[in-house]
Amino acid sequence: MSIQEIEKEIIEEFEFFGEDWESKYEHLIDLGKSLPLIKSELKTDDRIIQGCQSRVWLNAEVKDDKIIFTADSDAIITKGMVALMIRVLSDQKPEDVVKATMGFVDKIGLKEHLSPTRANGLVSMINQMKKEALKRI
Amino acid sequence: MPDLTKIHEQFPILDQKINGSKLIYFDNGATTQKPVRVIDCEANFYRTTNANIHRGVHTLSRLATDQFEAARKTVAKHFHVANDQQIIFTAGTTDAINIVAEGLSKKYLQEGDEIILSSYEHHSNILPWQLWAQNNKGLLKVIPLKANHSLDYEAFEKLITPKTKLIAIGHVSNTLGVITDLERVTTIAKKHNLIVLVDGAQAVPHMAVDVEKLEVDFYVCSAHKLYGPTGVGVLWMSEKWLKDLPQTRAGGGTIKTVSFDKTEYVEGALRFEPGTPNIAGVISFAEAIKFADEIGMQTIFDHEHNLVQHAQKLLLEIPEIEIYGVDNHKAGVISFNVTGQHPFDVGTLLDKYGIAVRTGHHCTQPLMQCLNILGTVRISFAIYNTIEEVDFFVEKLKKVIRMLS
Repeated sequence: MSIQEIEKEIIEEFEFFGEDWESKYEHLIDLGKSLPLIKSELKTDDRIIQGCQSRVWLNAEVKDDKIIFTADSDAIITKGMVALMIRVLSDQKPEDVVKATMGFVDKIGLKEHLSPTRANGLVSMINQMKKEALKRI
Repeated sequence: MPDLTKIHEQFPILDQKINGSKLIYFDNGATTQKPVRVIDCEANFYRTTNANIHRGVHTLSRLATDQFEAARKTVAKHFHVANDQQIIFTAGTTDAINIVAEGLSKKYLQEGDEIILSSYEHHSNILPWQLWAQNNKGLLKVIPLKANHSLDYEAFEKLITPKTKLIAIGHVSNTLGVITDLERVTTIAKKHNLIVLVDGAQAVPHMAVDVEKLEVDFYVCSAHKLYGPTGVGVLWMSEKWLKDLPQTRAGGGTIKTVSFDKTEYVEGALRFEPGTPNIAGVISFAEAIKFADEIGMQTIFDHEHNLVQHAQKLLLEIPEIEIYGVDNHKAGVISFNVTGQHPFDVGTLLDKYGIAVRTGHHCTQPLMQCLNILGTVRISFAIYNTIEEVDFFVEKLKKVIRMLS
């Protein structure tokens, strides 16, 4: 699926919850809990994206011209967000990753997680994913 | 007991909804909200009086100078300081500590000297000393914590060697709320001739502080944690240091005469206040102090103490909660974790209910390393917080725990 198609799918998935933020967050927490993320030997310091509060580990590799991301975080809500990012950007062509706008985050009502506060590693995570993709074009 | 409904009304920011819920502001350790009289005071200064101080002969400049110097007297009185020249206005606690560290390093700290800090120091009371130590082969020593998270005062004395020159210590831990036994600290410090700097940033908002009684060398704090504006702080120093502390920053306002060959500096507080200060901020800080003094610092302490006791009791009934520093005499602050959950997740979900708490390491990373945790959730109180808010918070916290587990 293309990035746009996956984004659309996620938007539809979250639309189901409407304005009910509690269910939305429960879903996000479930995503965080259920997704197999990074291999523990890849959780090294050089793969850490440091926010002030939660940490994210990101690994990138290329398989059949596509970039594969795996990641993990020590906070479960961040991990849920990370799972969404990976669903959208992993297994895509590097040039598509670089171009991705990630507009879906706003549309599913979780934009606060992309605020440029130091508490948050997610903005840095997206930047890092794009950097990794750029290296591989 | 103060009339709480009336106090709440004086804080317009509290009268709003966050994510659809009434705002409950429990992040007072980071900064307090401002009563309307402080906000008005700052605005009125710019509306009616704005001029530079200590320079002009015109009416506005004189009025601004009068108000600025009156503020110094208000602050001095609040801290039971007889000589208002000992009240030096700075940009905040961090700025004040830097001024002292820069000054002492010019003359009183020698290469290879040692400085003692506590395990729960805020970064702002670590980094200036660490910077000095790195540049001067100095050594920082740390007073450890006991199992109940209070300071190990016996260990403090054992850290002292002939090379130890200074102890820099927080009056109240911003993370744990633990109140330092300063009498004990100064008794030991005096015996060994140590300079004592006290970081009062987290004490001053919660309790009456009689600076002269403490018998320390330097006492520093910030206005914004005591219902005042950001960007203003106080550096109090003893009479001895007012004369002896080398000046490291120079500029307009600090001088008697200037020529290219030689400059003579003024004596007293102005020697440490180069340039145009935050005039409106200092004047509205005095208004904040009047606000606090009219309620009474003891009343504020008692009210917050009730909130802490009540919150602690309810939190201890929740099996998943671990409180840090629970057994101690403390001021307005509770730090805790939910077993197995990241503080970021707890804070994020509480925010959805309109509850503002602080999460993370609270700029005390060494303390976190000491406790072997990543961070905590911290609730910290002010005079406008209520028992009902605590009850609402605990109810929602239970919900958050269910959501996360």
